[in-house]
Amino acid sequence: MDQAIVVSFVLSVMTASTPLLLAATGELVTEKSGVLNLGVEGMMLVGAIVGFATTVHTGSALLGVVAAMLAGMAMSLVFGILTLTFLANQVATGLALTIFGTGLSALVGSSYVGTAVEALPKLHVPGLSDIPLIGPIVFGQDALVYISLMAIAAVTWFLRRSHRGLVLRAVGDSHDAAHAIGYPVILIRYLATLFGGAMCGLAGAYMSLAYSTSWAENMTAGRGWIALALVVFATWRPIWLLVGAYLFGGIMYGSLAIQAAGAMNIVGYQIVVPSQLVSALPYLATIAVLVVISRDRVKIRLNAPACLGRPFHAAG
Amino acid sequence: MERRTFNKLLSAGLLAGTAPAIIGRAAAADPLGIGYIYVGPVEDFGWTHAHDVARKAVEEELGSQVKTTYVESVKEGPDAERVISELAAKGNKLIFTTSFGYMNPTLKVAKKYPKVFFEHATGYKREANVSTYNIRFYEGRYVQGVIAGHLSKSGIVGYIGSVPIPEVVMGMNAFILGMRSVNPQARMKIVWVNAWYDPGKEGDSAKALIDQGADVIAQHTDSGAPLQVCQSRNIVGFGQASDMISLAPKAQLTASVDHWAPYYIQRAKDVIAGTWKSQDTWGGLKSGMLVMAPYANMPDDVAKAGKAAEADIAEGKIVIFQGPIKDQKGADKVPAGTALDDGAIAGMNWLADGIDGQIPG
Repeated sequence: MDQAIVVSFVLSVMTASTPLLLAATGELVTEKSGVLNLGVEGMMLVGAIVGFATTVHTGSALLGVVAAMLAGMAMSLVFGILTLTFLANQVATGLALTIFGTGLSALVGSSYVGTAVEALPKLHVPGLSDIPLIGPIVFGQDALVYISLMAIAAVTWFLRRSHRGLVLRAVGDSHDAAHAIGYPVILIRYLATLFGGAMCGLAGAYMSLAYSTSWAENMTAGRGWIALALVVFATWRPIWLLVGAYLFGGIMYGSLAIQAAGAMNIVGYQIVVPSQLVSALPYLATIAVLVVISRDRVKIRLNAPACLGRPFHAAG
Repeated sequence: MERRTFNKLLSAGLLAGTAPAIIGRAAAADPLGIGYIYVGPVEDFGWTHAHDVARKAVEEELGSQVKTTYVESVKEGPDAERVISELAAKGNKLIFTTSFGYMNPTLKVAKKYPKVFFEHATGYKREANVSTYNIRFYEGRYVQGVIAGHLSKSGIVGYIGSVPIPEVVMGMNAFILGMRSVNPQARMKIVWVNAWYDPGKEGDSAKALIDQGADVIAQHTDSGAPLQVCQSRNIVGFGQASDMISLAPKAQLTASVDHWAPYYIQRAKDVIAGTWKSQDTWGGLKSGMLVMAPYANMPDDVAKAGKAAEADIAEGKIVIFQGPIKDQKGADKVPAGTALDDGAIAGMNWLADGIDGQIPG
């Protein structure tokens, strides 16, 4: 294969994977604290339109990204108030948040349809970015790709090595015990939920400012739900989240690339894969991995937050 | 507050923007009520947007003689029947149902309201009070093919397909026939997205096709993402359904633009005059139901060739599916000296010679 094609393939896969990774990283932290927020898709959409609109009006992609994070946090704050303070059902509230975010973003976004912005600038390190093959891949991405990778590293460290991460996990595993020791369960859950919202807003901004540089209604097209599935796929372990996001992005893009190439040439045999099957591949892969992972019940029990989705009431 | 009212308020708030919204307009006494049901939002920048532009044109042209109502984002299925019934019950005498999946709901409601005239877009079932209408989109694809034939250096066009239905297949065939009329060696590579609308996947498809050597991209999906990828990769492409030049000013060559206005105005006039009859209309460049967006990003001689193809199709000098046409396997699909009739075009399920890839399923 041509080297330029390899580079383009890797870049495309990374672009397709990054919004999944960003949103899933946020949701992972939220879930680790015991809160199940199904509103990922809605928060991403609101982040996408707010980031886009801000960039259009201010001309600054940085402000757009910051605004998208704030918008995602605002959405998750609504979720937090309803579920953490008023103890509403988390599943129902999360679904409502997605429906609300879809509608709200469409309403706000209607006047931005057909507008384009400059794509997020790509890093260019003179010399390094020009190294064949690895140059453009390692030193030629936009800032959010690096941020997504740093975020997953930071979350890994935070959850496994830091004291605060241990507290967060404790809150997710047994809120009653954490409360008895004296940790502010609700406050910690609020913070985790807000972090999740900010990351989902960031993922949305990546959709409208980098992946495609325009706003379109419902443009996330189900990626929020994939991010949610990835958290389970990774059995709540950040490293596996990275693997899962890139696997999913890779299959998603690879399935299109296979079609464009016409047929796969496997040891001389021309193999033509039906496009419906190719479209289903990412989902089939997810199911397959879920099945493999769920065979090891101990590992799941070790990593899954035991209080996931359960409301906490201090008096109880 | 009564609980039911509260629930209503709550759901209205939650569903703002996604829920179908009925938006009417008050007008003088006894105007002709015209109802429209749309499958997408009016701001989709594509299919539904084009219908709504035409609805506004009807209001502009006929003024106080008509009163239009539309319902947007109605899913194909049980919801559609309810909405169409509602439009008929509210006194609309002419109802346009603008998506293929509204076919059976339209027929069902038409039976209940024999005095209301129905117009179903892209379907094939008619009744005494149900007409069908469609645009010969494939004529625009042929013109695009001619332009691509002149511009492509690699001789490879990348084509992003949505779902494998005859409508999309005939577009691919018309495109390669137009392209090969200029460059007989031209080839087409295709990617099926299996969706009408997913900006991320559509853009990725464009990237994959460009990596396979395509230097012109055409699409039968609804977002502007492929054109934006073209622009960032310094190649060119065609817009879909609407003029998308604002998204990719340096990449869009032209776009096939759906222009329903003349038809909608004519049918409203027919009802007012009492001359409405059930019929099947399949208009194209000739009747002005299909127009090409202003040409851009190409040299003058190519634009001239494109314009000539447009004129020749309109005048009938170019018959697009005129034999001899072979399919991918070399079988004679249209023998020399014959041309496909509308029925054969509408049911097209084979890909012409020059196209790599196949129709799934």
